[in-house]
Amino acid sequence: MFFDWSAIPGALPILWQGMIVTLQITLVGVVVGVLLGTLLALFRLSPSRLLSWFSATYVTVFRSIPLVMVLFWFHLVLIPLVVGLLFPGRRLELRFITALTAFSLFEASYYAEIIRAGILSVTKGQFSAGLALGMNRRQVMRLVILPQALRRMVPLLLTQAIILFQDSTLVYVINLDDFFRKAYNVGNTVGTLNELILFAGAVYLVICTLASGCVRQLHRKLTVLTVK
Amino acid sequence: MALHTLLLTSFDAFTALSQANHFSLLASHFSPNAALIAGFDFSVFLRPSPESALNNLSYLLVGLGWSLLLALASWVVAFVIGSVIGVMRTLPGRILPFIGACYVELFRNIPLLVQLFIWFFVIPDMTPLLGDWFKQKVPPIWQEFIAGTACLGLFTAARIAEQVRAGIGSLGAGQVGAGLALGLKRRQVYLLVLLPVAYRILIPTLTSEFLNLIKNTAVASTIGYVELAQRSASMAETTSRVYEAFAAGTLLYAILNLLVMALARGLERFTALPGFLGGRR
Repeated sequence: MFFDWSAIPGALPILWQGMIVTLQITLVGVVVGVLLGTLLALFRLSPSRLLSWFSATYVTVFRSIPLVMVLFWFHLVLIPLVVGLLFPGRRLELRFITALTAFSLFEASYYAEIIRAGILSVTKGQFSAGLALGMNRRQVMRLVILPQALRRMVPLLLTQAIILFQDSTLVYVINLDDFFRKAYNVGNTVGTLNELILFAGAVYLVICTLASGCVRQLHRKLTVLTVK
Repeated sequence: MALHTLLLTSFDAFTALSQANHFSLLASHFSPNAALIAGFDFSVFLRPSPESALNNLSYLLVGLGWSLLLALASWVVAFVIGSVIGVMRTLPGRILPFIGACYVELFRNIPLLVQLFIWFFVIPDMTPLLGDWFKQKVPPIWQEFIAGTACLGLFTAARIAEQVRAGIGSLGAGQVGAGLALGLKRRQVYLLVLLPVAYRILIPTLTSEFLNLIKNTAVASTIGYVELAQRSASMAETTSRVYEAFAAGTLLYAILNLLVMALARGLERFTALPGFLGGRR
């Protein structure tokens, strides 16, 4: 029942290495996720039935599978398949790449839904107005709709980023040493597993609480701006 | 002979797996390239599984059953606690809404995996008597089940609390005032006026919460709970038919998803009130 926190100060450099991995996954996941998500949302809203169908299927498929399963798929099936085709016969260390790919593609489906809702929240009148001014569809999207929609979506996109930051702990199932996995390993070796788990939990709690507090502030600010 | 070796190796692998505390070891033992050759092989589902009494298909289906059981048990916990916390956040005064807000922040800002490990490893060590009984007397599968239920239940409760709060908020303050003016106590206002309508409004969002919960049960594979994702992975390992194993697992999740959605739509139609959104006029 007594806690022994003595292992933590010495482990901080190792844990920091893990945190870098976690942050890299989060950053890449958000950037690639938002880019692909925007593309998927545009596909979904495009007049082409094929593109719209593709995007709808992509989103539904990714959203109905548990993230753990997605990670398994990428770790055991898809990435080995692609790498086997590209670099036959070589054994590469792929877990990090796997995590980056899996999270980017997985998050894209979530971002696509957020962005689609954002685009739809800009009134239809603006679209017609743009067309009436002689712009083509692409210009209306790029110059009128997306700038407003993206601004409106920023808080939601950031909240999703916080969720991604937390979900990145699931790389545990593919044995990638992120922050939590490192903490777990240190705890296992030193014999103070409970303390390390609690410490990791506390770190996540502090970071995520601060971040979601900031997002809330930002949300308030942006709302005021749009009312003006 | 082939079947014999297969049985032997799968059995060895399974004992090794059950001895090893952590399921994720599995991923490191595993060589992925073997199974990617050739087409889809349905016969693999009829071969004996790591639990030799079952074939692989029933092995996965039992895993699906365990997933669903965990999801349902957690849902009960989540629904009750989430409703209480959600109502607390809408009450007048300072203290109760503050406690509710703290609960939501705490459970939303710690990753699910970390929470699960806290329930599974840390809490039994922190509660000497109960914890010792838990670790020594409860069979492992139920240890995992109980830890999983506590974790997923309380985690999902935080999300349901937010929905319930929003649902009650959407009804407008007028209803509370009207109820109180009619002489109802606050408790009656909630039970008789606000919640019956709020829950109906919330059916679609609660459905997607339940779908999230089903997906989150896969996280319990990390503590060795024998649910569907874990069983797909161990089937993939023992049979070397990675593609079939994960395709089947994924398909089962998708089917469960569709079933839940259909049921929820039925429930929504069944409970719709005349005059409200979606109700008959």
